[in-house]
Amino acid sequence: MTPNGGPIWVRIIAGAVLAFLMLPILVIVPLSFNAEPYFTFTPAMLSLDPDGYSLRWYRDIFQNPQWLQAIQNSFIIGISATVIATGLGTLAALGLARSELPARGLIMGLLISPLIVPLVIAATGMFFFYSNLGLTGTTLGLVLAHAALGTPFVVVTVLATLSGFDRSLPRAAASLGADPLTVFTRVTLPVIFPGVASGALFAFITSFDEVVMVLFIGGPEQRTIPRQMWAGLREQISPTILAVATLLIVLSVILLVSIEALRRRSAKLAAAKLNGG
Amino acid sequence: MARELTPPAIAADYARARRRGRLESLALVAPLLVFIIVTFAAPIAAMLTRSFYTPEFADIMPRTEEALSAWQPGALPSDAVVEAVSADLIAANEAKTIGRAASRFNFEFPGGRTLLTQTARALGGEPARTLADLVALDPRWGAPATWAAMALVAKRVTGIHYLAALDLRLDDAYAIVPEREQNQIYITLFLRTLWVAGLVTFLCLALGYPVAFVLAHLPIKMSNLLMILVLLPFWTSLLVRTTSWIVLLQSQGVINDLLVGTGFIANDQRLAMIYNATGTITAMTHILLPFMVLPLYSVMRTIPSSYARAARSMGASPMTTFLRVYAPLTLPGVGAGGLLVFILALGYYITPALVGGQSGQLISNIIAFHMQSSLNWGLAAALGAILLGGVLGLYLVYARVFGVERMRFA
Repeated sequence: MTPNGGPIWVRIIAGAVLAFLMLPILVIVPLSFNAEPYFTFTPAMLSLDPDGYSLRWYRDIFQNPQWLQAIQNSFIIGISATVIATGLGTLAALGLARSELPARGLIMGLLISPLIVPLVIAATGMFFFYSNLGLTGTTLGLVLAHAALGTPFVVVTVLATLSGFDRSLPRAAASLGADPLTVFTRVTLPVIFPGVASGALFAFITSFDEVVMVLFIGGPEQRTIPRQMWAGLREQISPTILAVATLLIVLSVILLVSIEALRRRSAKLAAAKLNGG
Repeated sequence: MARELTPPAIAADYARARRRGRLESLALVAPLLVFIIVTFAAPIAAMLTRSFYTPEFADIMPRTEEALSAWQPGALPSDAVVEAVSADLIAANEAKTIGRAASRFNFEFPGGRTLLTQTARALGGEPARTLADLVALDPRWGAPATWAAMALVAKRVTGIHYLAALDLRLDDAYAIVPEREQNQIYITLFLRTLWVAGLVTFLCLALGYPVAFVLAHLPIKMSNLLMILVLLPFWTSLLVRTTSWIVLLQSQGVINDLLVGTGFIANDQRLAMIYNATGTITAMTHILLPFMVLPLYSVMRTIPSSYARAARSMGASPMTTFLRVYAPLTLPGVGAGGLLVFILALGYYITPALVGGQSGQLISNIIAFHMQSSLNWGLAAALGAILLGGVLGLYLVYARVFGVERMRFA
């Protein structure tokens, strides 16, 4: 039996489901170039009349100080949260990969829990906690909240690369006189780098896409892109949102391609190890 | 090295090395562990204590708390109690904290806010001496139900929020009775949340299974390529995907325009596909589908094709081969994906809030409402505790059966 994807009718169903996954996202792209303030295809667009298309909603984003502020906030909060989550998560994964760690299951369960605790509950808890500390309505508060949400991804991805990591490598380096820091930066980190980088990308997109925390603990100064979209979808709906959404789709394509490249690299390293290389 | 190599010395060395290894691994994990406990776990735990610990009223009205601590429902207060309550009201009015106490009272006793604030103002600086003095200000003070409700609110540790979360209440004699019919909403919401999460899980399984099957049975290069179609939605912002569904499904949206344009439906018969439960379910299925496909795919990839060939060679029909040989082998993927989708769906908030209308609201939405709008934090905490209890219970099952490391997200 050659691997052909199974019976034809199963392949047709699968194709339809893949279309269900992709089409809703793709439909936004042409609509974002609509010359009219509508959320649907105009006759001019359907007849491929160039006058039916325009870049006005894109100009809108870059002329609107609110959107520009939101873009800036999203990147500042996202990058800061990613740095914290990646640092803490990588260290923790190094510890979790060691068999000596006591109460491993309990610790692991706690560290992964931000993935599954309903966001409203987490945001509510953090709201009271941060208001006691005076951190509601501050960028620092949101950075910490988003970092907590991003760490499980870093732990899981780094741990996955570490499972294929040859533990005799750092020992060999140490026995040749390298101090622990050198062992980490020169031996361990290069090997686990794909995992660290994918974890960081996950942490970044988690923060970049997050809106519940922003709604609960962010103030007007911390409006991010998703927060701005939320307001747009609930209050004054404008096709500018479609232009923003298209830009976000482009960003997710870039991130996805980066992750795939990292995964290939990681697979290559694993294969090299299996071949004794 | 002039070390003895006797068995006890080796054992001691080994024990020391193990101890050091433990400490090192703990030291690596500690920063994140502390970070998560301080910024995440402890705040949630602290918030949940509000579900049974509500000191606001008692803090503002300490004499009332004391005087009503052993209240017998149905009774009317002695002069000493009247004096304690009115003294508290006067003090709270002067300290401008009366509003908070009155709001708290209002949750358990409709109209209680104005009763307290107006009485406090009417008393001026002079505490009431007898019950008749209070009744003269507002006849509701003469009803045992008022006092029974106040005695409940004055308690710091209380179970009333959990009762309310389950559509129950204490009546005037402190017996547990069903909530008044027009207020019975939470059980319905919990059931609706379970139903929507279950339906979304089922739809994800029904749609995700064929996709995972086809991807797992294609050459690896081909399936990696097609996998991008699953992963791209996964990486696309939740708000972008919700926007897509609004654009597609709203009454002036793409699908309705298409149906009207092709003459399938008349212009005044546009379908209501969004701002209701249908909208919530469609968008949630779309958003959660990749979480089902990924674990299914990784399990299916490991099933050797020789099993199905062996079954076929021994005379099983394709259907039997699938049902008796292949499908049971995919159960770990079905379980892992299904449990994950169900857990995530239980807590959904953004999507129902944006596309759910009235009938598509889930339990998270009402928690957010009590947090941000009605400010009934005790009830919000009790509803949250019940939701979190369910989610953590399922998470424990997931961790036991599949292991948390298996929680893959791409």
